[in-house]
Amino acid sequence: MVKCEALIIGGSAGSLDVLLKMLPAIDTQLSFPILIVVHRKTGSDSLLPELLSGRTRLRVKEAEEKEKVVPGTIYIAPSDYHLLIELDHTISLDYSEKINFSRPAIDATFQTGAEVYKDGLVCLLLSGSNADGVNGLKTVKRYGGKVIIQTPENAQVPFMPAQAKLHVEPDFILNAEDMAEFVNLLSKP
Amino acid sequence: METQLISNEQIEGLLTDLLENYGYDFTGYSRASLKRRVTRLYGLDKIPGFSEFRYKILNDGFYFKRFVEQITVNVTEMFRDPVFFKSLREEVLPRLGTYPFIRIWIAGCSTGEEAYSISILLKELNLLNKSLIYATDLNPAVLEKASLGMFPLSYMKQYSENYISAGGSQDFSTYYTAKYSLAKFDDELRSKMIFSTHNLVSDHSFNEFQLILCRNVLIYFDRDLQYKVLELFDDSLEELGYLALGTKETIDFSRIVKKYKRLPGDKIWRKVG
Repeated sequence: MVKCEALIIGGSAGSLDVLLKMLPAIDTQLSFPILIVVHRKTGSDSLLPELLSGRTRLRVKEAEEKEKVVPGTIYIAPSDYHLLIELDHTISLDYSEKINFSRPAIDATFQTGAEVYKDGLVCLLLSGSNADGVNGLKTVKRYGGKVIIQTPENAQVPFMPAQAKLHVEPDFILNAEDMAEFVNLLSKP
Repeated sequence: METQLISNEQIEGLLTDLLENYGYDFTGYSRASLKRRVTRLYGLDKIPGFSEFRYKILNDGFYFKRFVEQITVNVTEMFRDPVFFKSLREEVLPRLGTYPFIRIWIAGCSTGEEAYSISILLKELNLLNKSLIYATDLNPAVLEKASLGMFPLSYMKQYSENYISAGGSQDFSTYYTAKYSLAKFDDELRSKMIFSTHNLVSDHSFNEFQLILCRNVLIYFDRDLQYKVLELFDDSLEELGYLALGTKETIDFSRIVKKYKRLPGDKIWRKVG
């Protein structure tokens, strides 16, 4: 069984559909937090948490700085800030340079998450058109975390998961339709 | 860039060095961000080992300067968050305009984009002549850049759009002259700015202001340091003065909140108590 203390989902172009499909089928009794980092236009802030909270009975909120990450809650990285995780499981927001032309950058959350949760981290990389996330997944692997990617052929924009597949050895490759079930299996009863 | 392995112990050791040898106290900084900055610089400068890195910072004054410049985040824009600048233009500054003299403190001003934005607003409201903008940062190198008032010409399209969204109605390009790849902003805008180093961690209040801006600085501090810095701002703010923070920052957790009333919809608080 895969150990999971936190799940981080990263996505770019074409990932919103996957999230909308997946969230309604995720158990409401989840034994870990989910952090979602999705590239989007600056200034479109509260829309994403609102949109996603309509699809699940889990608590969905925009991640706030210094907030403690708790199980059973879905945190969305705010637009135009990197979301970092601290050793005490609190959130830091960071307005440093864009990474891979992106802020929030998936790499930043994957990397800091890896250092905190080590082998208890599961990362899922979805559809997208740039290579953000790949370096982060390398760090996740090195710390013993698990890497899941969306099947590139199953993604609206295959480039991002395809890059990950090329440079990191994913532990699982899943189609969008199977992701919710997988996430539910990660949850401890 | 994949992160190099720098341990948390190594980071703590480095922070102790900086405090003991240079008097720079970064121990109240949020670690995840700080560690990313240190790791980034370490990778960028291709230093063979962490002990060499640590040695260089301690013994090479020029490198230490570079270190401070690189580990602090200096990303900024003109009229960033136009809605915020619109509120300054329409609500805050007109009220301050009734005073005989306006003192503004931009704490953590970085390369000065915000100072020039404020200066443009003051000029358009005919308040510039009776205003002073104190722009401070702990990092002398960014202050040098700020005092030049030159920003990449390629950013002007974005800044002009921000300016218009913030309620600006002039032709933005009248505020600068293009010089090769740079936009040099008018000396008049610079004439009411005072640049000075100030470290929010260790330096005290140095004046009383009617408006303090400190945006996207507190996010890099831990709660204790945030608390302390907010007290410093409170000590430096006149009665009925305004405090403006970044879009993801708040005073809600601190003791000073009792004395302040927030402007609805903005990260601007007025000192009322």
